[in-house]
Amino acid sequence: MKSIAAISALALMLGSAAPVLAQSSHVPEGTKLAANQTFTYWMQDDLKTLDPDLNTSKDGNDVLHQLFEGLYDQDAEGNLVPALATSFDVSDDKMTYTFHLREGAKWSNGDPVTAQDFVYAWQRLANPNTASDYAWYMELMQVKNAHDVIAGEKPLTDLGVKAIDDMTLEVQLETPIPYFRQMLVNSSTFPVPQKVVEKFGSEWTKPENMVSNGAYNLKSWKIGESIELVKSDSYWDAANTTLTDLKFVPITDLNQALTRYEAGELDFVQTPAGQYPRLKDEYPDQAFAPPRSCSYSYIFNVGDSGPEALKDVRVRKALSYAINRDIIVDKILKGGQKPAYSWTHWATAGFTMPETDYSTMTQDERMAKAKELLKEAGYGPENPLKLRLMYNTSSDHKKLAIAVQQFWKPLGIDVTLENYEWKVYLEKQQQHDFDISRYGWCADYNEPSTYLDVLTSWSDQDVGEWKDPAYDALLKDSKTAADPQADYTKAEQILAEQMPLAPVYHYSLPMLLNSQIKGYPFENVELNWYAKNMYRTAK
Amino acid sequence: MIVYILKRLAIAIPTLLTLIIASFVLMHVAPGGPFTAERAVPPEVLANLNAKYGLDQPLWKQIGTYLWNVVAHFDFGPSFTYKDRSVNDIIAQGFPVTLTYGFLSFITAVLVGVSLGVTAAIKRNSWLDYLAVGISIGAQVLPNFVMAPILVLIFTLALHWLPGGGWSFDDPRFWIMPVIALSTSYMASIARITRSSMLETLSSNHIRTARAKGLPKRKIILRHALKPALLPVISYLGPAFVSMITGSVIVDVYFTTGGIGKSFVDSALNRDYAVMMGITILLGTLTILFNLVVDIIYGWIDPKIRY
Repeated sequence: MKSIAAISALALMLGSAAPVLAQSSHVPEGTKLAANQTFTYWMQDDLKTLDPDLNTSKDGNDVLHQLFEGLYDQDAEGNLVPALATSFDVSDDKMTYTFHLREGAKWSNGDPVTAQDFVYAWQRLANPNTASDYAWYMELMQVKNAHDVIAGEKPLTDLGVKAIDDMTLEVQLETPIPYFRQMLVNSSTFPVPQKVVEKFGSEWTKPENMVSNGAYNLKSWKIGESIELVKSDSYWDAANTTLTDLKFVPITDLNQALTRYEAGELDFVQTPAGQYPRLKDEYPDQAFAPPRSCSYSYIFNVGDSGPEALKDVRVRKALSYAINRDIIVDKILKGGQKPAYSWTHWATAGFTMPETDYSTMTQDERMAKAKELLKEAGYGPENPLKLRLMYNTSSDHKKLAIAVQQFWKPLGIDVTLENYEWKVYLEKQQQHDFDISRYGWCADYNEPSTYLDVLTSWSDQDVGEWKDPAYDALLKDSKTAADPQADYTKAEQILAEQMPLAPVYHYSLPMLLNSQIKGYPFENVELNWYAKNMYRTAK
Repeated sequence: MIVYILKRLAIAIPTLLTLIIASFVLMHVAPGGPFTAERAVPPEVLANLNAKYGLDQPLWKQIGTYLWNVVAHFDFGPSFTYKDRSVNDIIAQGFPVTLTYGFLSFITAVLVGVSLGVTAAIKRNSWLDYLAVGISIGAQVLPNFVMAPILVLIFTLALHWLPGGGWSFDDPRFWIMPVIALSTSYMASIARITRSSMLETLSSNHIRTARAKGLPKRKIILRHALKPALLPVISYLGPAFVSMITGSVIVDVYFTTGGIGKSFVDSALNRDYAVMMGITILLGTLTILFNLVVDIIYGWIDPKIRY
């Protein structure tokens, strides 16, 4: 009797570990998988929506990547891999893309995924009645007539997206952009199920109503508590999907998230500022700090409402040169961030950091140069410069602002720190009511123009009101140039000469990841991860 | 009595109306709006958003429409932040959670607080008194944002007894730490009020008479002293009950319970006008209601009070 029980227990153990192992192509042979294929992921805030056409956040994008599938995915290095688009043709003028869709892809209600689903989703994103915050993504993608359709001046059918037949999608652009296909990884371009959306209206994303086409389906969503996903059997590549249950837990406070991680309740957390070195010592096999495509800067208000002094490029340069970026990165942040002397994040695909005069100096040389420039501009101990530095309330931003205030002190600059609650800070920034403001930017797609376009005269993000015709011309040219990198280099050089903002550091994502979880894409600077490519090994 | 209740309910209507209009106006005066985003949205997109949520209308019209929807349809509108949720949805999901841990906290606070207070008063100046007073002062000065992490350190990280956060209606292990964190400071206040009020009652004439009659001590305390001694406690319990069952932002944030305490604070920060109004009205109504309940209980306990 005893031996039978022992044998059946053994069989159970083997049975629970073995079957997935044999099938999935993502799991190396001989890997011992855990019996529970779960992954619990930390998010800073709860999601505002699970509707791909309404989402605006990175965390939302992460969840939607599991629930839905678009034309392209990314591999562990961030390269495009076909998802629903198995192949594509592009016209000679690079203005028309034709995508051939995957046969056999299904929605979770069994309906086939067709080109019409994409057309419906893209029109819905641009539709003024949808009122999506991210409608401008269609404009960013240069889809034909996007601006006029969003403004309600042209009908939806004029949007440059068409279903040639069920399996063929055609997209027309206004200007050829070399990174168009990269932009299709974003969940704003994902298909949505027309029938379901029309039937349930804004309630279609509730767990009981939702129909999706990704590797996972929505199981539950309790605001402020958790979002749970479960493996979809109707997904075309379900046989190669190993993780079965995903859970997303919103925890605002990083220290508390760390406690929950240490209690074994989370598989992933971001580490609190400054704690990375200690955690790396304590958990060497779990602590990582991959680059993350965001830049941190102080932007100068050079517009009419800004102070006279900041209109002088020598003052802006002096302020930027005097910031000791090494201290900020090595002594304050301590989590794998890099000092920034360019606006574009160093790890952006196809971008090499250009040599600019201040990036090659030592800090002492920069400081000497800063004093010289400021003196030339007519400021110094006898004529001190008074400026205000604005940031949104957060202990991390405060630490940096205090450091910068100290860096500027030797120049005889008297800086008042002003912190505001998030929405007030944003409004002041957008109304140009500041002298110098903390300013961050994260990549929408993995290409330098996602950073550089922000400072063009046609950008909606004209926080500092800096404009430069030569800079504009370069970015216009880059859209059609055979080698846009040359334009990007020149553009960064203009930024170093004109210093509309002082780049401070390039982000990383200092994090802890359970050592049993494999397949997380550390090499992908956008950190787009796909649970269907990941798995959990046995302890 | 009935007339009194009806009168009080009639006064509640203008009170609520004032609350609604004042909150509505204050909220719109605050800088930044629900659609102020890190990435400035183009004007055409902002126009669409304002039109969809009625923010392009004059303020008086917005208030009018809002009141009409609330009164006529009991519809608090869609959330400005949670795009696929209505305010009714958000409250319906979060309120049961806060109601559960809030109600349990209330029971705990009352039972422990009153027992501590009564014990301290009866055994005045004994070690029991000092212990009870010590506990209640300790509980009072320990804020729940300090207590919550300490609880997690002990019960989750060290002992592995309780989950460090999350919520389940089926598993009481999720309730324990939120209840301790929320109830402690209320418990301490109740203990202090009970103690001082009990001491006062014990030295009053009718208790002396009862003692002189030779009634047993237990009977004196439970029958004659406790009832009048609880009057000040009850007036404290009305507002305390409301603030407990509507949750605590600290508890919600620290234990990720999904309760409405966090939704309330988030809605203010996000300028989610609709959710903020919805929860304000809920809080206002409950406060008015339970103040009335307290007054009714008063009349029932104290024969001197008649309406």
